[in-house]
Amino acid sequence: GLGAMAGGAQAQDTLEPNSWEDVTTYCNFYEFGTRKGDPAENAHLMTTSPWSVTIDGMVDRPGEYDFQDIMSEMTVEERIYRFRCVEAWSMVVPWNGFELADLLAMAGVQDSAKYVAFETLYRPDEMPGTAYRVLDWPYREGLRLDEAMHPLTLMATGIFGKDLPNQNGAPLRLVVPWKYGFKSIKSIVRITLTDKEPPTSWNMSNSREYGFYSNVNPEVSHPRWSQATERRIGGGLFAKRQPTTMFNGYEDEVASLYDGMDLRKSF
Amino acid sequence: MRDRLNQTLRRVPTWVIYMLGMLPAPWFFYQGLTGALGVEPIKALEHKYGELALQLLVVSLAITPMRTHLGINLLKFRRAVGLLCFFYVSCHLLVWLVLDVQLLDQIVADIIKRPYITIGMAGFVLMLPLALTSNNWSIRRLGPMWRKLHKATYVIGLLGAVHFVMLVKGVQLEPLIYLAVIIGLLALRLPGRRSSTTTPVRRQRA
Repeated sequence: GLGAMAGGAQAQDTLEPNSWEDVTTYCNFYEFGTRKGDPAENAHLMTTSPWSVTIDGMVDRPGEYDFQDIMSEMTVEERIYRFRCVEAWSMVVPWNGFELADLLAMAGVQDSAKYVAFETLYRPDEMPGTAYRVLDWPYREGLRLDEAMHPLTLMATGIFGKDLPNQNGAPLRLVVPWKYGFKSIKSIVRITLTDKEPPTSWNMSNSREYGFYSNVNPEVSHPRWSQATERRIGGGLFAKRQPTTMFNGYEDEVASLYDGMDLRKSF
Repeated sequence: MRDRLNQTLRRVPTWVIYMLGMLPAPWFFYQGLTGALGVEPIKALEHKYGELALQLLVVSLAITPMRTHLGINLLKFRRAVGLLCFFYVSCHLLVWLVLDVQLLDQIVADIIKRPYITIGMAGFVLMLPLALTSNNWSIRRLGPMWRKLHKATYVIGLLGAVHFVMLVKGVQLEPLIYLAVIIGLLALRLPGRRSSTTTPVRRQRA
């Protein structure tokens, strides 16, 4: 409700963002290579203009939406969110963007829709990392419709008041701050409304390690490492670990989405 | 050409290998302190040390096949390479313990519960007796046992490579290349292959 959102907004003011360098040089974007520095090095190869997003499936107005047309319809605001990677590191990022719910409203979601599926651009000649099949390209992600419509769920088009750098998912990406970072799919070219849980890349690659929900949860370990703590990027060689919080600190806002669910099973 | 190379190698004192081999340790640490390893220097340093250890493992496993198949004699440096490898595995482990995981109960839990860490630790534990017996006194003391004991290197090589394959997300190429190279170097030692392809090399007394 509104009270919860106000609480979230207050929390937002106390967050100290990471540096531009932290956010733009330490990235996972496997289409450009698997090392953290690869995206910053290679993502300039990606053409982001012109750009269009296909919105299809269970919508009233399916079609190819030009990025500039989308931007002219949307109101961009700043959201400072915690960002928690499944690899147990974290950042605080000042995003600029609009709520996904507003974009979905533009296309008109039909009553039958239960899930939203997303796809990243797959253009091998501009993406050297796709030469090797680390994942089954194109990268795919998905949300349940109520997660997608949640006011915290953002379509980001910028950081620090500037356009998104390519390595951060230009020109538009998803940001779901209570889920592990890989859910926040980058450089989106397709959004499909569907009534079935859509396949998602990391879950397809290793379903034992990566669930569909992938909510930040300090009590459910990744099979290969604990999720109880995280290291905030930017603290140097002697940075201390800090405890990870339930739903990445957005418990008040989102916990009710999962009422009655066993979060150990639906991880 | 090969003889010239072997003669030149024979003249290189082993302390040069130790000195040069140790240098990257403080250098990488300094880079981590000054930001040259990027915005997350802990994982970067851990990876640098681990990768170097794996590379030295590959070199140490390559020394015998290089002699038997190519006639290049690096036997004189095998101990130095092995001990340097142990040194970097120790650095890798220390970074993991002190800078990365930090918490003792989590360290213990990780070693028991996380297979890739269990495998890495097993490799380290197996290296301990080898490092401790990498001296002339132990070779004399242990006699034929020494050769048997140091065959554990083969297992350590496999453990090291598997540790790397398992720790990355997804199926990545680089760790698989290390694994393939190490398996290849071990395969060159299989009895059948060895007798059929051995190039005779005059044995040298150390």
